[in-house]
Amino acid sequence: MPDTIELKNRPRLIAGAAIAGKKEGEGPLGGVYDKIIADDLFGEESWEKAESRFYYTAARTCLEKGGITPEQTDVLLGGDLLNQIMSASMAARELHIPFLGLYGACSTMAESLCIGAMLTDGGYVGHALCAASSHFCSAERQYRFPLEYGCQRTPTAQWTVTGAGAALLSGDPSQPALCVCTHVTIGRVTDMGIADANNMGAAMAPAAADTLRRHFEDTGRSAVDYDLIITGDLGQVGHDILMELMQQQGHPLDASRYMDCGLEVFDRETQDVHAGGSGCGCSAIVLCSEILRRFQAGEIRRVLFMATGALLSTTTSQQGETIPGVAHAIVLEADA
Amino acid sequence: MFDKNSKPSPKRQAQLDRYKQLVDRISPKSALGQGLFRAWWVGGFICMLGQIFLEIGRGPLGMINSAASTFASTCIVFLTALLTGLGVFDKIGQYAGAGAFVPISGFANAMVSPAMEFRREGLVLGLGGKLFTIAGPVLVWGVSASVAVGIIYALITL
Repeated sequence: MPDTIELKNRPRLIAGAAIAGKKEGEGPLGGVYDKIIADDLFGEESWEKAESRFYYTAARTCLEKGGITPEQTDVLLGGDLLNQIMSASMAARELHIPFLGLYGACSTMAESLCIGAMLTDGGYVGHALCAASSHFCSAERQYRFPLEYGCQRTPTAQWTVTGAGAALLSGDPSQPALCVCTHVTIGRVTDMGIADANNMGAAMAPAAADTLRRHFEDTGRSAVDYDLIITGDLGQVGHDILMELMQQQGHPLDASRYMDCGLEVFDRETQDVHAGGSGCGCSAIVLCSEILRRFQAGEIRRVLFMATGALLSTTTSQQGETIPGVAHAIVLEADA
Repeated sequence: MFDKNSKPSPKRQAQLDRYKQLVDRISPKSALGQGLFRAWWVGGFICMLGQIFLEIGRGPLGMINSAASTFASTCIVFLTALLTGLGVFDKIGQYAGAGAFVPISGFANAMVSPAMEFRREGLVLGLGGKLFTIAGPVLVWGVSASVAVGIIYALITL
């Protein structure tokens, strides 16, 4: 069985929304987000509730843009980085849409799109809302140290994006689409022995290379068939490793048509983010703003969106376990 | 993985070794010279402040030596706690690394930052339970090491 599933009915991505934090708003893509929230707490009393509000706001904004009410939405898919995916669960409590919570670490946006597209393609749901979020402050306290603790970050470390993205899929062929979903490739967990939680790009790059190779083999395509290959948050280190791994595997990538959301979301020179951005929100806000904008502008016709996840927990990291990585991919095409 | 006796096959091990080499080659290294310089001047500056407080204690305030050094430590701890609360100290730490946390300022920051962070989970299980998450290991092993050294010292001076 191939790992790639062709979506014969071409589910339609009819709307996307990206809600970004202040630092992200000051980044290179600041002009394309739907909303920039300058207050890290988003008017809430904890980082967790703030992140949940990002998630909720992205979902609501996306539904509004798609002209669909929560009652008309058949399923909400997605998650975040927090323990027990609380941000998504608390947002789903408010949205009242049938909810499937997903955890794929930073691959969650691609994972939710893959499942949403398959459910829509099969005709099981009419409208699927896919969303993912992350928040620098909530992730920092869960995975690393208290915010105000003055430790140094290593050069390979990445900066968790504060933000949430949501995309609305529809099975109704009469609805105007920003793009359509044609294939999904579900990733296998790959672990090449990296245990350094401050070098997640290196932990995730082999999974990205594996999924990409399987995708090319299953579909008979190569990198030249895509206007853009987009990875989630490999950062500079993972980006460079993936380029090299693909070269070794005989599927070389063209640097000008390969983009990593972690490198797009911040200006590494001026924003002190070291290897780049990370987190579920990273690929989610870039996809739901800039990528959809490029589809709308006709700048791209076919892309492979592949978000990668480092499936680590603080517990197993402290126990010395290596970091399992995963990457899920979905092909998005302009509506013919 | 679940079979405790199994080792990776030689082929797999070679693959893992090759990947590790690739990662080591591509991952940027910390700038050692720059790090040392920043730690040196910030750490030195904090120690100089301590010395100034010590002299103030001994001179104008007329304290005896032990009181003056307690006064100096208290001032540094207070200043660090204030800067932590104002959200400045983490930036100093990012800049200076060990230069900021090896002096007693590091200890103050390690106590105040969890106190601020976990206050939301309540005074007892939040603040109380997590206050020592960073300083705890230093205290446990610092005190243990000093006890061990003390015993060795007592034995050799018998």
